[in-house]
Amino acid sequence: MPDPMRIRATAKNGEVNVKVLMAHEMETGQRKDAAGKPIPAHFIKQVTATWQGKVVLSANWGTAIAKNPFLEFTFKGGKKGEKIQVTWNDNKGEKRSDEATIN
Amino acid sequence: MKTFQASIFGAAALAIAFAAQAQDYRAQAISMMKRDFHAKGIAHMDRLNEDALQLICNRSHNEPPKGIAETLQHDQLATIQYPADGKFLGDWKAGEKLAQNGRGMTWKDGGKPSGGSCYNCHQIGPATTSFGDIGNSLLHFGKIRGYGPDVQKYVYGKIYNAKAYNLCSKMPRFGHSGTLTEKQIKDLVALLLDPNSPVNK
Amino acid sequence: MSSIKLRAVVALSGLALVCAAQAAQKESAPPKKAAVHAKKAAAAKDPVAADFEKFHEIMEEDSPAELFEAKGAEMWKTKRGPKHVSLEKCNLGLGPGVVKGAYVQMPRYFADTGQMMDAERRIVYCMVKLQGFKEADLAKKPFSKGSYLPDPVALVTYVAGQSRNMKIAVPQKLPQERAAYKLGEEIFNYRAGPWDFSCATCHGEDNKRIRTQNLPNLASKVDAVRAFQGWPGYRMTGGLMHTLQWRMNDCFRQQRFPEPGYASETIADLLTYMGVNANGYLYKGPGIKR
Repeated sequence: MPDPMRIRATAKNGEVNVKVLMAHEMETGQRKDAAGKPIPAHFIKQVTATWQGKVVLSANWGTAIAKNPFLEFTFKGGKKGEKIQVTWNDNKGEKRSDEATIN
Repeated sequence: MKTFQASIFGAAALAIAFAAQAQDYRAQAISMMKRDFHAKGIAHMDRLNEDALQLICNRSHNEPPKGIAETLQHDQLATIQYPADGKFLGDWKAGEKLAQNGRGMTWKDGGKPSGGSCYNCHQIGPATTSFGDIGNSLLHFGKIRGYGPDVQKYVYGKIYNAKAYNLCSKMPRFGHSGTLTEKQIKDLVALLLDPNSPVNK
Repeated sequence: MSSIKLRAVVALSGLALVCAAQAAQKESAPPKKAAVHAKKAAAAKDPVAADFEKFHEIMEEDSPAELFEAKGAEMWKTKRGPKHVSLEKCNLGLGPGVVKGAYVQMPRYFADTGQMMDAERRIVYCMVKLQGFKEADLAKKPFSKGSYLPDPVALVTYVAGQSRNMKIAVPQKLPQERAAYKLGEEIFNYRAGPWDFSCATCHGEDNKRIRTQNLPNLASKVDAVRAFQGWPGYRMTGGLMHTLQWRMNDCFRQQRFPEPGYASETIADLLTYMGVNANGYLYKGPGIKR
């Protein structure tokens, strides 16, 4: 199973700031290993963040994003104590969802 | 008078005791390293043995007594093998490549020729700004010091065995240690002393 | 959806630009810059170094090292190894199971083994003693490479994170701890090998650089903290997590020495010397390296 994300969400002035660290290789498919064989691409294709059942962020990603990606975004609404969920799906069909409480 | 003498003896004894203790730690540290390290690739265990020069520098905190330093520098000077053809200047372009190349002598190396690691510590050519500063700047080396045979011989010798000129210098002995070949050292001499080298522009 | 601000990709590409600009400047700065005296460049902050520091700060705020802390925390609590137990009874010097503040008080002398142990050496000991792992197996591939992350690296990162913002206080109470400092000092200054290098050759003077890499003077009180600070560190090059065991190993490689044993006494003593020199400073937790 993929490693957990780190999510921090803080509410301020009616906005919630969300910071997400994801553990992922983000292999481009362009690199070769020591034996000269290409390393297969392995990257996050889609990231979704939901709050109260509503999608507040949806992003399509490619291989240009670095290893162990960091994502920061803000959305309007959201209060302390409410939850935010972040999910990513990668090109190998792996998936990870984590949840954090808004501070 | 007696107490004075006694205190001198006391101080001397104390100094000896301190020295003995320091030596004790050193000996203990060396034997511990010999126990804890292992050979890897070209880096064999004999590398942990001090040679006479390293021994003196280690024991004097790199400030050897003048007399000893002179004698040992003389010994180091005698190790330098100057080119049989009497020519010191090689190809400065090859020298520049060598100066940039920081590989050589680690357990990951082996097989391939070593570089000179020169830019790691020295400013040399004007185009490279990512130079280290453990050594002095060599920019305009020939322009400042002249291009004559004496300077050429000195530079060759300094690269071959830096310790012949400054016993506990931080600079490796590139010829003496077998890191660089005669041809490579000549190329480096040319980098510093060929009037056409960018170093002297 | 219109209320959403997406800063993520913008921020990431911004960082990439900083990086690219950095690299470009390093490679092909105008020749005029070469005339800048080496010393001056090291002492006064040149714009390149300042830019990098800014970039560093941004990255530090949300360091990927935290991912490894999380992974290590999970691993610490999980029943693992042939004996199927967790590490929650592991004694890092402050009593069984006490992790908070342990990292900044290591290396220290452990009476149960009669040895000086740094954090990683002690964790390896616990994995062997409590969980039944084999020491030889753990020593086989102890460093991060590609997507391979050794267990002790994640565990050390977790333990180090539990000392974030605490004062470095490597103990010197016991005679064994004082002797380790002295031995570490000797190892630090020992010149040998084909290039006559010791640790001090590069790390014994203020304000020096190899290429553009600033070198901390680890023998000085002011600079020594830089050996402690930022480790374990996440290397942006390759995205690898490394501990001080790796740092010592790679330094000895560049010193042109043979390879030091993983989690050996030599390394524990060397880390004692550098740790004690850094005593009194605030440890900021696992860091980030270029």
